[in-house]
Amino acid sequence: RNKLLEQKGIKAPTAYKTGTTICGVIYKDGVILGADTRATEDTIVADKNCSKIHYISSNIYCCGAGTAADTEMTTQMISSQLELHRLNTGRIPRVCTANRLLKQFLFRYHGYISAALVLGGVDSTGPHLYSVYPHGSTDKLPYVTMGSGSLAAMSVFEDGYKPDMEKEDAMRLVRNAIAAGIFNDLGSGSNVDLCVITKDKVEYLRPFDEANLKGQRQGSYRYKKGTTAVLKKEVKKIPIEVVKTQVRSEQAMDTA
Amino acid sequence: MEYNGAAIIAMTGKNCVAIAADRRYGVQAQTVATDFQKIFEMGPRLFVGLPGLATDVQTVSQRLKFRLNLYELRENRRIKPKTFMSMVSNLLYERRFGPYFVEPVIAGIDPKTSQPYIASMDLIGCPMVTEDFVVSGTCSEQMYGMCESLWEPDLEPDDLFETISQALMNAVDRDAVSGWGGIVYVIEKDKVTIRELKARMD
Repeated sequence: RNKLLEQKGIKAPTAYKTGTTICGVIYKDGVILGADTRATEDTIVADKNCSKIHYISSNIYCCGAGTAADTEMTTQMISSQLELHRLNTGRIPRVCTANRLLKQFLFRYHGYISAALVLGGVDSTGPHLYSVYPHGSTDKLPYVTMGSGSLAAMSVFEDGYKPDMEKEDAMRLVRNAIAAGIFNDLGSGSNVDLCVITKDKVEYLRPFDEANLKGQRQGSYRYKKGTTAVLKKEVKKIPIEVVKTQVRSEQAMDTA
Repeated sequence: MEYNGAAIIAMTGKNCVAIAADRRYGVQAQTVATDFQKIFEMGPRLFVGLPGLATDVQTVSQRLKFRLNLYELRENRRIKPKTFMSMVSNLLYERRFGPYFVEPVIAGIDPKTSQPYIASMDLIGCPMVTEDFVVSGTCSEQMYGMCESLWEPDLEPDDLFETISQALMNAVDRDAVSGWGGIVYVIEKDKVTIRELKARMD
């Protein structure tokens, strides 16, 4: 039906893309994932503070670039599959399992589901980091970047990455990589979100760094009441259901 | 989207939300009606605005109401706005490779906590929840501009009405395919005020 509409000249509205700079790095104790927070609709910024680091399981998180709905739905799907798997096996899920599920899911759709993901987590075998491409290929690496700002972020990584970094150094490196994407790539912007995953806990720092604050408004544009001309006004009262009525009084009951 | 033309804004205020839409129903350049309903009531404090292709506006609202009725029969309670957003997102993503040409806007007040809630979505169901305002429609750029300038946090219901109405009317005046009247729903904890606006009919 939609093809017929296109022929008649009715263009479809465009979906939100996430432009994006996302990256991940393995450091001494675990994995750090970072992402910017801008969602775009062609050249308009649709969401200035969207969350691109998605929960897969308590020890695995996933950053998503590409079509926003696809990354959202794909990560939710794999998260629920992994939860069922965890209940089935009785073990904490492994990152390689999530990787397998993602690549097999995306390959089935041959790239039509446009989700480019950075998957990271810590399981019983240690910290792992994967990058997953929309057609279903994956790479297992110590540091990865994805999205339109991936070149800017990768340049920062190539310069600053060392194996077995300390937590503070690694957080600073990821923050700088995302900032490079935010300031140099038009599709990325706003704040830096960070997710630090270690064996024992996960720190979800949102926002980690507010790189772009909104300016202070100089004046108020509030209108006076009654500025807008109204043709008809109707007030519908919503009945509030009274569940419980308690009567408390200060005086004691007089039972004389 | 440009076939029928539409404009919807939703804003939050102090313990209230407002959702506003234009009223035009047109076929490209020809206006057919000036009382087309684009905001649908899905619960006493939950409204959804559907801009886009008119046939999909009506189909999606009817299918959504159907699913909502089943939910309320099964759960025996009113739906929360957050859950409703997931329901809409799901309905749209089901048609991932042949989507409905609508970009919904949801506005409501949580039935238990009375927190205001607004969200918007793209045509395949990607949710976007914000604290301040959401816009959708053919003149979305104009509406973004108006809302960014006019919105302030914690507006009282009457002030919120003025702000959202002025934002909507001035934005649609700069768009040829939307306008021809406006309707604003201001939703508070205990009442909903529906006002029709006097606007330029061109």
